[in-house]
Amino acid sequence: MAAKTINITLKIWRQKNCNSKGNMETYTLNDVSTASSFLEMLDQLNEQLINDKKEPVAFDHDCREGICGMCSLYINGRAHGPDNGVTTCQLHMRMFEDGATIYVEPWRSAAFPVVKDLVVDRSAFDRIQQAGGFVSVNTSGRTMDANAIPIPKEDADKAFEAAACIGCGACVATCKNGSAMLFVGAKVSQYALLPQGKVEATQRALNMVRQMDDEGFGNCTNTGACEIECPKGISLDNIARLNREFLKASLVSNK
Amino acid sequence: MSKSVLLKSSLAKKYWMAATGLFLCLFLVGHLLGNLQLITHTGESGRRAFNEYAYFMAHNPFIKVMSWMTYISILFHIIDGILLTVENKKARPIGYAHAAGTKSSTWSSRNMALLGSLILVFIVMHGAHFWYKAKVKHDMLLHKVTVQSPNGPAELYVTTAGSYLPVQGVKVKNHTEFFEPSVDIKLGEGYKDLHSVVIAFFSGKETNGVPGNENALFAVIFYVIAMVVLAFHLMHGFASAFQSLGARHPKYTDTIKNVGNGFAILIPLLFAIIPVIIWKLYN
Repeated sequence: MAAKTINITLKIWRQKNCNSKGNMETYTLNDVSTASSFLEMLDQLNEQLINDKKEPVAFDHDCREGICGMCSLYINGRAHGPDNGVTTCQLHMRMFEDGATIYVEPWRSAAFPVVKDLVVDRSAFDRIQQAGGFVSVNTSGRTMDANAIPIPKEDADKAFEAAACIGCGACVATCKNGSAMLFVGAKVSQYALLPQGKVEATQRALNMVRQMDDEGFGNCTNTGACEIECPKGISLDNIARLNREFLKASLVSNK
Repeated sequence: MSKSVLLKSSLAKKYWMAATGLFLCLFLVGHLLGNLQLITHTGESGRRAFNEYAYFMAHNPFIKVMSWMTYISILFHIIDGILLTVENKKARPIGYAHAAGTKSSTWSSRNMALLGSLILVFIVMHGAHFWYKAKVKHDMLLHKVTVQSPNGPAELYVTTAGSYLPVQGVKVKNHTEFFEPSVDIKLGEGYKDLHSVVIAFFSGKETNGVPGNENALFAVIFYVIAMVVLAFHLMHGFASAFQSLGARHPKYTDTIKNVGNGFAILIPLLFAIIPVIIWKLYN
């Protein structure tokens, strides 16, 4: 498909820093190639803003190939915009009509405070991960080869699917309750399914859920919106598994 | 086991929400089976059967335990629901300028708190219409029948033992107990006429001494709307309860969803046709 160019109007959240009150600003951007990605379009806008001696729009990005989980953006009421199963860096301007008005907002969550403009602090996810999203391995030099433990193919596949979570936070941004259950569900599942992870399963479920609650995320009400908007297609199966793991853990844990 | 974990954590709140919700689904089935007698039996025998059933429900020890569990479940479901809703609002202090799309979730699933609040309004009204009269106010008329005797029509009370006592010849104590007036001997216990209260309420017609409800048609419409609200609440709630408890598997999740949708349509529909049929029968 030959690339053409479109003219668009952007309504973007501008916020100086975490303490200031932000507001939506309107920009017009002409001659945007439909072959460019959404982030390339924002680069083009920033070039225009710099040329006009204005402050460029801050937004998160890194690998620009959909695997790092760094880009975010709530575009026209959808996390990562109108395409399915993609991150914002994989979203192309061909998804928009000429003359379109596009709303660009940061993830909205009490646990993800805005740092500047469209950049939010997602370190809450890191702290949840640190609370239990790992397996303890002896590194004294006699580490066992992980492949020496037989794992049923089906379990390995499910664990891999859960591990596909890139921690972008689209689930939280999409959820009407700002719940992080899909993220925590995926992180708990990827270990719960494997023999190496079963050793610490009880404490993992308890600690990660406690950290999730402490960070101020909302409660899951099973609307299923997260599963639809997740760029990696993480399934609600993982939330159900977390529900089982936590129930089991709270009944058997000594703590 | 930490005491706080099974009460305070976000997941524990969901477990309680699911458990109480599923118990209330069981209650709905029991309540419906009782109510259906209003339309499956007609005439004097129907009135008798329904009042006998109501007496059984008020006196059977197992039912008493179940009814207390129902009250506690309703209370827990409400408190838990409020806590969850307040926390969920706090989790997003600043909303989005561009409203979220509606394609990624069902309307029911996004509006459970609203639907639940409407159901609470209905439960309060419904309690005032029937439960309060039967349980608290104690001014419900006793089941009376008029029979033709050679001396003209005679009014008799029906006792729970199945016998009949002359209205003029007995004294009523404690609202349902019949006593011989002169020597103060207990002769038996009578049925409260809950059947006539229901018929008078939905038909608008005076029924066995119970004055007709002037706003009967409005009451019928209100009850039907309440059941539509209940249907939408169950449409999400039934299957969601299983998900919250972790019961999800490719083998049976589709079945749970289908049963949930069937339950959400069938149960409220059967509840709703009862007042409609009563109104139609008398108008």
